[in-house]
Amino acid sequence: MPPSGRATLPTPLPLTPEASAWLDTALAKIAADPAAIRTLFPAVRRHCGRAPLPDGRTVDEAARALLLAALPLRDQPLVDEVSALHRYGDPAEQRAVLRALPQIDGGGTGRFLDLVRQTLRGNDITLIEAALGPYAAAHLPADEYRQAVLKCVFCEIPLAHVAGLDDRADAELVRMLSDFARERTAAGRPVPEDIAPLVNRVRPFTTTPGAE
Amino acid sequence: MRIFDPHIHMTSRTTDDYEAMYAAGVRAVVEPAFWLGQPRTSPETFYDYFDSLLGWEPYRAAQFGIQHFCTIALNPKEANDPRCLPVLDELSRYLAKDRVVAVGEIGYDSMTKEEDEVLARQLQLAVEHGLPALVHTPHRDKAAGTRRTLDVVRESGIAPELVVLDHLNELTVGMVLDSGCWAGFSVYPKTKMSEDRMVRILREHGLDRVLVNSAADWGSSDPLKTRKTGDAMLADGFTDDDVDRVLWRNPVTFYGQSGRLDLDEPKPDETSSFEGNSIRRGGE
Repeated sequence: MPPSGRATLPTPLPLTPEASAWLDTALAKIAADPAAIRTLFPAVRRHCGRAPLPDGRTVDEAARALLLAALPLRDQPLVDEVSALHRYGDPAEQRAVLRALPQIDGGGTGRFLDLVRQTLRGNDITLIEAALGPYAAAHLPADEYRQAVLKCVFCEIPLAHVAGLDDRADAELVRMLSDFARERTAAGRPVPEDIAPLVNRVRPFTTTPGAE
Repeated sequence: MRIFDPHIHMTSRTTDDYEAMYAAGVRAVVEPAFWLGQPRTSPETFYDYFDSLLGWEPYRAAQFGIQHFCTIALNPKEANDPRCLPVLDELSRYLAKDRVVAVGEIGYDSMTKEEDEVLARQLQLAVEHGLPALVHTPHRDKAAGTRRTLDVVRESGIAPELVVLDHLNELTVGMVLDSGCWAGFSVYPKTKMSEDRMVRILREHGLDRVLVNSAADWGSSDPLKTRKTGDAMLADGFTDDDVDRVLWRNPVTFYGQSGRLDLDEPKPDETSSFEGNSIRRGGE
């Protein structure tokens, strides 16, 4: 499966002239001095807004993706700078980094996977959802991907929001979800409806792709 | 009565407190970064603390209908520990964040040379980031410490209306208001300031540039002291509008100078929620 998922071409953002000017200046500053992103990245929402976009992102997430794309860095320096933005980011900044991973890692190396793993250890469901996009689907090893899906079921993230399920759901995941459903039923508690299509589907055991 | 508590350490408080605060009228709080009782020994634990002030705590507050903002700084006590000083090098990242509405708490604890330097440097950061500054005045030798703080504030070049000196009392309020800075009062069960003394100070010095907070934390303190002060004001003959000015409009004016006090912002709960020991689901 290719590492790219969501369309990454920058569509024109609905920005006021002031916001647009701020963004242009920010992009130029980062192109000239990558360290400038450390205080520009957190300031995006105040200048560009946070309205939802048709592609499911918000304006600030799309604008932050542009800032990341403007970084004149490659290889380890790029990994270090992006990882630090995530480390020091508030939840909105972290979501923006996670959603931009397919673009930043254009070569599909999976070298930002640690950011996904850190997020999956956390408790913020908006971050977990942002982490389980096409990048995770392409790169997470099978056992981690299954655990991530099960975690979504536990914290009531709709499985429709998880990338790659059609390709990556395997017999072992189906077993885990079936056991979960039995446990819930035995406890007299409701079973989330969206696991039914997975649990009920007849599918031969497969090896999982993508974990190169 | 709508209440904005401009200084409270919710990290140390329970969900019962949040419920009681909401019932008392509290709709917004500012949580200043401060020391935690147990001294920290490395910069990384500060970053985790700052992350909590920007992530987990606004989420908790939103569950109870309360907007949560914070101030970020290296506090004066830990400024004396060389192991903590690298925090200063990362502050600019945090001071750029949406919910950070001031640099703070800065100021003096024991009035050491190290505290001098860290206070001056962080006042410069406030100037660079266009943020107000929340300045703690020392508990020991308070009057001398307040005078010395005002000197450092003056030397820094920051506009006095961007600075609040906190934990004031009868002996320090006059010099602070004369300087053009804001005067903060922490109403406590036993120490610092009481509701009745607070009312007398308001009678004597007026309602301009005054902030009343509970400064509730991990010690003996009471997150409802803002409400109790409002009640004491009414009992003394102040009007509802006076109370609203002190307990809501004044803090909104002061922190609004940051340009980041977005009180209409959707609650973090709408965009962010936490799983696991979920508060909302009763600890399931």
